[in-house]
Amino acid sequence: MAGKKLGFYVFFIPVFLWLFLLIVVPHIELFLMSLRTEDWVGNTSWSLANYKNFFSEPIYWLTFVRTAIYSILVTCITAIIAFPVAFFITKVANPRFSGFLAVLLLMPFWVSELVRVYGWMILLRESGVINHFLLQLGLISKSVEMLYNDISMVMVLVYTSMLFMVVPLLSVLESLDDSLIEAAYDLGASSWTILTKIILPHSKPGLTSGAIVVFMLTLGNYLTPNLIGGKSSLWFTEQIYTQFIASFNWNQGAAFGFLLLALSSLIIWIGLKLTRQNLTKVVQ
Amino acid sequence: MVVDLKVEKVSKVFGTFKAVDEVSFEVVSGNFFSILGPSGCGKTTLLRMIAGFLEPTEGQIYIRQKLVNGIPPNQRPVNLVFQNLALFPMMNVFENIAFGLKRRKVEKKVIEAKVKDILARVGLSGFEKKKINELSGGQKQRVAIARALVLEPSVLLLDEPLGALDLKLREQMKVELKKLQAEVGTTFVYITHDQSEALVMSDFVAVMNKGRFEQIDTPQNLYRSPKTAFVAKFVGDNNALEGEMLKKEGEMVLVSAYGHEFWVRAGSYRLGKKISVFIRPESFLLEPEENLSKVNRLKVKIKDILFDGANSKLLCLLPAGPEIMVALPQNKKFAHLKPGDDLNIGWFYEDSLAFS
Ligand SMILES: Nc1ncnc2c1ncn2[C@@H]1O[C@H](COP(=O)(O)OP(=O)(O)OP(=O)(O)O)[C@@H](O)[C@H]1O
Ligand SMILES: [Mg+2]
Repeated sequence: MAGKKLGFYVFFIPVFLWLFLLIVVPHIELFLMSLRTEDWVGNTSWSLANYKNFFSEPIYWLTFVRTAIYSILVTCITAIIAFPVAFFITKVANPRFSGFLAVLLLMPFWVSELVRVYGWMILLRESGVINHFLLQLGLISKSVEMLYNDISMVMVLVYTSMLFMVVPLLSVLESLDDSLIEAAYDLGASSWTILTKIILPHSKPGLTSGAIVVFMLTLGNYLTPNLIGGKSSLWFTEQIYTQFIASFNWNQGAAFGFLLLALSSLIIWIGLKLTRQNLTKVVQ
Repeated sequence: MVVDLKVEKVSKVFGTFKAVDEVSFEVVSGNFFSILGPSGCGKTTLLRMIAGFLEPTEGQIYIRQKLVNGIPPNQRPVNLVFQNLALFPMMNVFENIAFGLKRRKVEKKVIEAKVKDILARVGLSGFEKKKINELSGGQKQRVAIARALVLEPSVLLLDEPLGALDLKLREQMKVELKKLQAEVGTTFVYITHDQSEALVMSDFVAVMNKGRFEQIDTPQNLYRSPKTAFVAKFVGDNNALEGEMLKKEGEMVLVSAYGHEFWVRAGSYRLGKKISVFIRPESFLLEPEENLSKVNRLKVKIKDILFDGANSKLLCLLPAGPEIMVALPQNKKFAHLKPGDDLNIGWFYEDSLAFS
């Protein structure tokens, strides 16, 4: 009995401390900070001004909405691309090569995100590799700037997120018994029916957990929108950064941070409700 | 007599390996046809060709007189019950059974009626709302069969569907499956490596070995007059004695084995010098009377008594020969036998078979 209790504490205390000290305490601190404002002499007082600012300045909430929409878009595109890839690796490719293919997919993620983004910049910029080839082939007569626009930004965000979608899909498709697909085929189902009635329902947990991770990472991404996105492609994290670092307005930054947290929680909650799932099932 | 399934010289080659080798057979409508063979002999491969998951390398398959080569599984009028059942875990019992009907765009009312009807037939009335993981092994079995049967296929293919069940349940399902087949009248092609399953349920059994059919016959004929040594060994229990042929007189051959000489029936027409003689355990006479004619006689030592109710056997040792299994009738007359005793046994010439 005592041993069991001890075991419980041994595992519980580190987890508790980690959660409490690194997540709960700073967030409480931030939350309190977001509810205070500083007047021009430097006296702080309680107020909701920081949150009010957000709604009264269109630039803030427009960026906010933009970030949310683009994150959802990136999540959807990632899922659409990752699904066939995972399906190919687990079900179509020769089993001897599927491990190798999975490693190949992992490879780019051994280098840091910064290096990867710079890699894309080398490819896409005006004097970059792609422009060079297109010029050589005579397909274009003048270099075009492919960086600093929304399309490139979304493309790189999708690329960065791929892994987090493919890995859960690989494991969930791996667990799909091939004979289920065959049985459906035998009972008269078309490929489309098999996809929608058998494969997708089976993959739902993997798809959802992948989508949650990709969505949160994209929403909170700073590097890619900053480096690849143009001056007009503002990301909400950049607003937070500006408040904290450029304007030294920690209170405003904290409020923005909290709004971002609320936004991501809300969207994930809606997503789960729409697909009739619950978080504990997905995480398993 | 309508022929529901006709397989003509079908072969399947994987690389250089011939998994199915020129197999031909016909199944008459309403029959229970079994394909019996050891693991890896090509049964599943053959069945998957009939279902349409594999294309034969050579040969033709006809279902109800229609050539089906090249037609995908979802358009063939046959259905397959998988070795591992392959029930859809994301659907309940009703949805599983209705799956095929929905694909055919059958009216909702009709689907409900049909599912209800087939569930009653397999003895699972009221199970519509159950989830697959809430069913027992035998119930899953029945749902899998119902799911295929509800589509009223020309031929129902079953790939060792009882393989995953425990012995007791398997015995019970064997009888139920046979009854169900007789009731619905659908043509069944059933594959198994369990000879008792094949013998109990089938109208006809094909014995398969290394991709070939050795014999297609009724269970009785397979048991009584196997055409090859493989069938004699594989179907039912059998004792094999190795010997040399001395001479041949009509149907009978004289064999010398372990210092004894026997007359036995020639199983195949041509026999080489070295032959195997097969005698079934229940063909032996214990202490045969002296005045019986056409009986081969042996003296053996009882090594062990394997008691199994009506299936009890004596394990006997032939001097300088192999062990011999002899059926032991459970009556007073032989109750005194015990290990170590000497015993006279014999069998009628007719009851043994020789193959090269
Ligand atoms: N896709 C394939 N490629 C190569 N060889 C195969 C393939 N499928 C089956 N085989 C081989 O063909 C032979 C027959 O296989 P099959 O699955 O038909 O056996 P089976 O009689 O059903 O055996 P079991 O009773 O164990 O299910 C086996 O030796 C197997 O290794
Ligand atoms: Mg098999």
